[in-house]
Amino acid sequence: MAEDKEKKYTTVSIPTPLFKKIEERIKGTGFTSVSSYVTYVLREIIAEDEESEEPFTKEDEERVKERLRALGYLD
Amino acid sequence: MIPPHGGKLVERVDFSERVKEEARELPKINIGIDEARDLGNIGHGVFSPLEGYMSREDFENVLDEGRLANDLPWTIPIVLDVDREEIGKILEGDEVTLMYENMPIAILKVEEIYPYDKKEYAQKIFRTTRIEHPGVVNIMKRRDHLVGGKITLVNNPPTNFERYKLWPKETRILFKEKGWKTVVGFQTRNAPHVGHEYVQKTALTFVDGLFINPLIGKKKKGDFKDEVIIAAYEALFKHYYPKNSATLGILETEMRYAGPREAIFHAIMRKNFGCTHFIVGRDHAGVGNFYGPYEAQEIFYEYPDLGITPLFFRSFFYCKKCGSVVNEKICPHGPEHHITFSGTKIREMLIRGEKPPELMMRPEVAEVILQFDNPFVE
Repeated sequence: MAEDKEKKYTTVSIPTPLFKKIEERIKGTGFTSVSSYVTYVLREIIAEDEESEEPFTKEDEERVKERLRALGYLD
Repeated sequence: MIPPHGGKLVERVDFSERVKEEARELPKINIGIDEARDLGNIGHGVFSPLEGYMSREDFENVLDEGRLANDLPWTIPIVLDVDREEIGKILEGDEVTLMYENMPIAILKVEEIYPYDKKEYAQKIFRTTRIEHPGVVNIMKRRDHLVGGKITLVNNPPTNFERYKLWPKETRILFKEKGWKTVVGFQTRNAPHVGHEYVQKTALTFVDGLFINPLIGKKKKGDFKDEVIIAAYEALFKHYYPKNSATLGILETEMRYAGPREAIFHAIMRKNFGCTHFIVGRDHAGVGNFYGPYEAQEIFYEYPDLGITPLFFRSFFYCKKCGSVVNEKICPHGPEHHITFSGTKIREMLIRGEKPPELMMRPEVAEVILQFDNPFVE
């Protein structure tokens, strides 16, 4: 199990001066390590790119609208 | 429109006669109403991106990290517990039909059958193993193995509230038709008092639409009954809500009472319904004193990639000096001037058959609740 957990993480290299700046920045915050801060920032950035495919066909949409009208949600 | 969680609205539904026929021929596992409802939630994408019950890898990752194995935020296990002996010869790779009261609900493709540690499950999800916690009791009663695998919904689970039963595809089309680009979701397991109304309307001031989404399903003793919650909101909507910017639809799943973790789970489900914002109040999804009053808000800072914006509220109360409903952030007066919307007090009055004061609960709402012989879960 411990081995499995280790596999969940990997190493990324960043410049040492940047590492030190981050160390300074996270002092007194809730972040316990540079890794946790970098993970947080990267997750935030990656999530901004979340895209969605249009899941509904025209027929789907018409069928749904009919039900919504029958239930009184749409006029 | 806000993307569903994971980018794709899951739809694992096949109501064709051919598949229903096939379901009748397969080995069967009997399930209860809570499992049946959650199969509906998987099939119709309320739990997107889940396509079935969690694999061991996802399950363990949710426990350890509050994320699926692919790093997507997810905080509550969605699992099916089974007794290894009871399921007999069913093996990984087999298909089985999940039956609720002689009705096939879904076909499950068994990908994994695995044991789990109930105490670890309880500790990581509820932060306690004390049996005073209703979520812990629920886990301890479960059977010893979990089954992971994708499902295909073959029948919708039964509901007593068809009028308000909406799936994410329907709410997304509804919001689009109403022209709502921003929608705030409100989770509730209570009949509304004036404090709830102020939270909802304050949030609505800043977005296009309000989606009140009561949670219908297994609850603990003393909670409002489902039909009471619905009737109370019907009264509130009729008398006090703008039709063009507020709507009501139910979500059928059980309360887990997992506090902070459940708050994230509740937000994810509302994101799948198409909400861009989600209200998180004091002690969201909490029970007793198991969680700090604002822990369910603080946990959101661990999820910058959640994809739905939480709106945090402190408790609202009536201030006699201000002469209005306020909260501690905007009221400078001391507690001696405040009348709190105590759920316990309101409950006690309703049990005695008394109408709570108008400052606490709208009279139309109170009247509807008092029409029930016993409005609370026994």
